[in-house]
Amino acid sequence: MKTTFSRSLQTTIIFLMVAGVLALALGGYFSSTSDFFGSSFISAQTWVSTRYLTVRDFFNAPNDIVSLQQRNAQLEAEISGLQTQVIQLQQQLTDTQVLAALVDFSQTSPESVYKAASVIGRDPSPFLHYIIINSGSSEGLRRGMPVVTNQGLIGRIDAVIANAARVQLITDPVSAVNIRLQNADTDAVLIGSLTGDLALEMISQDIEVQEGDVVLTSGLGGNYPPDLLIGQLFNLRTRDYELFQQASVQSTVDFSRLEIVLVIMNFKPIDVTPLNPEETP
Amino acid sequence: MKELIALPLLSLVLVFQTAIFSRISLLSGYADLMLVALAAWALQEDVETSWHWAILGGALIGWTSSLPWFIPIIGYILMVALARLMVRRIWQAPILAIFVIVFLGTLIMHFLSILVLRLMGSPLNIADALSIITLPSLFLNLFLALPAYPIFRDLAVWIYDIEDVQ
Repeated sequence: MKTTFSRSLQTTIIFLMVAGVLALALGGYFSSTSDFFGSSFISAQTWVSTRYLTVRDFFNAPNDIVSLQQRNAQLEAEISGLQTQVIQLQQQLTDTQVLAALVDFSQTSPESVYKAASVIGRDPSPFLHYIIINSGSSEGLRRGMPVVTNQGLIGRIDAVIANAARVQLITDPVSAVNIRLQNADTDAVLIGSLTGDLALEMISQDIEVQEGDVVLTSGLGGNYPPDLLIGQLFNLRTRDYELFQQASVQSTVDFSRLEIVLVIMNFKPIDVTPLNPEETP
Repeated sequence: MKELIALPLLSLVLVFQTAIFSRISLLSGYADLMLVALAAWALQEDVETSWHWAILGGALIGWTSSLPWFIPIIGYILMVALARLMVRRIWQAPILAIFVIVFLGTLIMHFLSILVLRLMGSPLNIADALSIITLPSLFLNLFLALPAYPIFRDLAVWIYDIEDVQ
């Protein structure tokens, strides 16, 4: 009984002492001592924690590399797919821009009826400048119909089958187009060449023309409708001893990159051959 | 029966010619794939249908092109005649032979084209035509001739069941 009482007293004294120490510590009387122990504890914990994380990373790193490689492969595959989509969309955008430009062009001259066609080939002979388009007589195309782009005249239909047509470009060496110079208000003849360059001939010597003058179809001869844009005049050559002035024409059309063209469906070429005076023997 | 491969094959050659090779120009000249194919075919020793191929290829080109239809037919027949002559009598080195045949065939085709176009009133300048069309075309045709011979050798082996000793 006496022993039990003394143990209870000891426990009570210990609790009172601990409570007293805590009360003193909370009251700020042990601040320097608690700071010392606190900082030592935090330093030790930081050191242990850092070493633990290092060891954990060492053992977990291979798994991360494998998962990162897989993720990287997935992302690269996604990038490839997206790049393919971007290329396809760019192509669609280009086609849309071309078609929009053609629509804009057709709206500027609503009196004409247009039929769009894709360029699917070129003449196998390098001596001739012809293209092949994917519309033919089944869609109403006929020989002699003019062909344009939104940038200007490119030629006229030379031959037609059911689903395709061959177009003679104005750059063909045999091509001759009656034109007028917008500023000088004079007529001349535009001819093609082997190299695809365009030249103006039959410009009268007494007409004053200037480089940069706009070249339009005149409609004379009945092969083309009037006022179709062809290009600009440059490199004028005037020699006193020649009957006519000569010049080169910078076409507004890039003939090497023709993709979609417009056929003017409601223009019927006029054959003026019977009206030409016959040669007397 | 296997000889009928000429029809789809030469049609394919025509498609490639008009859709691709006629758009890849060097100066103003471009390769004549049909000419190279016919030359490579005609130089195969065991081939007996090179004349038929020449007429068919010429007709296809003549039908597509704005050139008079008989120019490619005559040009290709002349080239095949040269090739057969060379195979039988003169030359045994196939790579050199195809270079010579393609060279001469290109000149024949271009001279025929220039001659007939001039006769028809086209204002072609012969010097310009030779320098900016014929010379670049020659280069491109010779470039194509190199892979053409072995390809058509394999085709001849397949069609005629011959032993390929080369």
